[in-house]
Amino acid sequence: MVVARGSLHPTLAVLGRHLTLYRRLWQASVFSSFVLPVLFLLSIGIGVGGYVGTVQGVDYLSWIVPGVLASTAFQLAMGESTYSVLGDFKWVRAYHAMRATPVQPVDMVRGHLLYLIFRVEASVLAFLLVVVFFGGLHSPWALVTPLVCALLTAATAAPVMAFAARIDHDSYFAMLFRFVLIPSTLFAGVFFPVEQLTFGLRLLAYASPLWHAVELCRAATLGRSPAWPVPVHVGYLLLWAALGLFLAVRSFRRRLED
Amino acid sequence: MIFARGLVKRFGDFTAVDGIDLEVAPGEAFGFLGPNGAGKSSTMRMIGCVSVPTAGELRILGMDPVRDGTRIRARLGVCPQLDNLDPDLTVRENLTTYARYFGLSRAESRRRADELLEFVQLSDRAGGKVEPLSGGMKRRLTIARAMVNEPDVVLLDEPTTGLDPQARHLLWERLFRLKQRGTTLVLTTHYMDEAEQLCDRLVVMDGGRIVAEGSPRALIETYSTPEVLELRFPDGLDANPQYAARLEGVGKRVDPLPDRVLVYVEDGDVALAEVHRRGLTPSSALVRRSTLEDVFLHLTGRTLVD
Amino acid sequence: MMTTLVVSRVSPNRVGAVVNRNVGALRSGPAYWIVLVSGFFEPLLYLLSIGVGVGALVGNLTVGGRTMEYASFVAPAMLAVSAMSGALSETTFNFFFKLKYMKTFEAVLATPVRPIEIAVGELIWAIVRGSVYTAIFLVVMVALGLTSPVGALAAFPATVLVGLGFGGVGMAISTLMRGWQDFDLLSTGQFALFLFSGTFSPVQNYPAGLEILIQVTPLYHAVELVRGLCIGVIEPSMLVHVAYLAAMAVGGLWFAARRLEKTLCE
Repeated sequence: MVVARGSLHPTLAVLGRHLTLYRRLWQASVFSSFVLPVLFLLSIGIGVGGYVGTVQGVDYLSWIVPGVLASTAFQLAMGESTYSVLGDFKWVRAYHAMRATPVQPVDMVRGHLLYLIFRVEASVLAFLLVVVFFGGLHSPWALVTPLVCALLTAATAAPVMAFAARIDHDSYFAMLFRFVLIPSTLFAGVFFPVEQLTFGLRLLAYASPLWHAVELCRAATLGRSPAWPVPVHVGYLLLWAALGLFLAVRSFRRRLED
Repeated sequence: MIFARGLVKRFGDFTAVDGIDLEVAPGEAFGFLGPNGAGKSSTMRMIGCVSVPTAGELRILGMDPVRDGTRIRARLGVCPQLDNLDPDLTVRENLTTYARYFGLSRAESRRRADELLEFVQLSDRAGGKVEPLSGGMKRRLTIARAMVNEPDVVLLDEPTTGLDPQARHLLWERLFRLKQRGTTLVLTTHYMDEAEQLCDRLVVMDGGRIVAEGSPRALIETYSTPEVLELRFPDGLDANPQYAARLEGVGKRVDPLPDRVLVYVEDGDVALAEVHRRGLTPSSALVRRSTLEDVFLHLTGRTLVD
Repeated sequence: MMTTLVVSRVSPNRVGAVVNRNVGALRSGPAYWIVLVSGFFEPLLYLLSIGVGVGALVGNLTVGGRTMEYASFVAPAMLAVSAMSGALSETTFNFFFKLKYMKTFEAVLATPVRPIEIAVGELIWAIVRGSVYTAIFLVVMVALGLTSPVGALAAFPATVLVGLGFGGVGMAISTLMRGWQDFDLLSTGQFALFLFSGTFSPVQNYPAGLEILIQVTPLYHAVELVRGLCIGVIEPSMLVHVAYLAAMAVGGLWFAARRLEKTLCE
């Protein structure tokens, strides 16, 4: 029963645990990961959009669809990497149970990431399906948005997991949400072009992985090219994902050491 | 199975394990007996390959725990001191999920889970949640979980701490069966009765060091007398040392504790007659067999459970 | 009549003790001021993003014959939302936690403090916390020229009433909660109110059926009342909004006290 080094099996076993848990919780998550983004689209996209003419040459609804899409992935990735990760260290001690087995920190991190990508893809696909009926997609390139969202998930969730594995009190999460999640969602080009921001704030938006994903998704659904060259956007997201993965594995290992 | 020489674990300035040597043979039930803070759990975590030794040599199943941790853990079963069952999974799912961590197939995981639930007498709770289980049931489930990979060695850290007497006896009975199947057991405990019940061989730990080693019987023979006479006197706590002085020579040794005086003797009844002959009138007198508690008291001058 | 009934049984000292416990608990927490400050940020960020950012795309808005900047339209709504969510977070999530897990109230009830005094004390605490947010928010609005100082002074008591209304109802809901999963429903409901109570676009432009539905929901009344006072349009229909919110406060409080009595004093 010796598990070979580098085998994917332990990662899949960790993914299996998350999926088993999710089978019990999925109804509750339908609201937050599907209904809420649609409500957002109705209120801002159609409600407010009625007062907005066109933005960058398209109607406002079509303009914010890719933004809401990416920000849904962003919020889900961040939200599901906080309490649940800290909880599995602190209260459930599931990671302590795993560390007594051949499962290694890298498997724990990768298993969780795969689970989040699964969750994100489920919401993204459902959202896209709704948006088609509103006529919010303008190019077959829209088919690559799930890939962009998967990349965004890794770029967001990995560093947040590293953070969650290092702290000891969940009150830090409220600050993460209020000072990172909400500002990113509101100012990283989801609802209005970042060109409207002052130069300093625009730099912050550029720093956020969300803006790069929004640009890529918007380019895809509208069938045009993004603000910066595609490899730059993708590379920046990959950088966050790789750095986050490295830090998360290190934080997990440290937390489980004694 | 397990081999250690000069094993040391330090946390900053604090030395939890201070240079211990030990060897555990296949099929043996090996125990670490000692009070809280003796270094038992730290030793167990090093053996479980989750804590890196500060110094010394440690081989588990012939391998180096730092380099081959993953391969060793694949062949160990660990029952930690704090239950870390998954509260949101069912009883059976706790076992199947854990089995998957060892690379077992889905079907094999289910088969093992059902078999083990039978073994720890939890089959009727298989589909239920973990939360409503009693402390004893949870511990049995944790032990079943530790068995899921058919381990060569099972590590049990304080397996019955916090359980009521009935649950403890049930657990001991299951562990005894496990031992009969030929599984190597390594356990820590601060209960002398547990050590006597379960261990073929044990080490007594105190302050991070091993102070004695042997079978429970041999330890008692070496460090104590066959019987102990426990005397209580009516006039209270401060008087016990004075009584002890007057009991000098009645047995091999006399220990005044705060609430009673222990006299280590060959024959308790003979000794009690001698006590009365000396004109002493204890309010109660009890003759009992020597236990590991007496061994520990003799070795360290302290009682096991304070 | 219900108010006198409630008041006659309530000792200000004991209510004060309940409030005090909260202040103490907050002060001992990790960096309590950060928790306070960050709670204020959310509606402000929405104001800046949707009100100012999207507002630049919208330009001016004409509501009921009055033309105004989009940000001036959104700001009072965010103020009302701030009062609502301040009161709700304290009376639902925190209140439930104290009720179910910390057993705070069982400990408190072992003293001469009565259930209704707990309810009133918790509500006052929620209002104090919520009012800190709304007061700062009003200062920001005046600074950004989104309302006049007179409008701000008139709106402040209205936000206290909004807090009382939602606080009372929040507490009543907490006593009915079965577990944390119900909070998902609550926060979804809260978010739906946030998006569709005439907050970001005038209800007159909603589809007809939806408009009527929204006029039944509580945040609509809060938003209309606060917005009217902020932009200086005083109408008799405001009395309806005031009555609606007052009924929420009294009804919620009465219900919560009764439920507390039932669950804790048996």
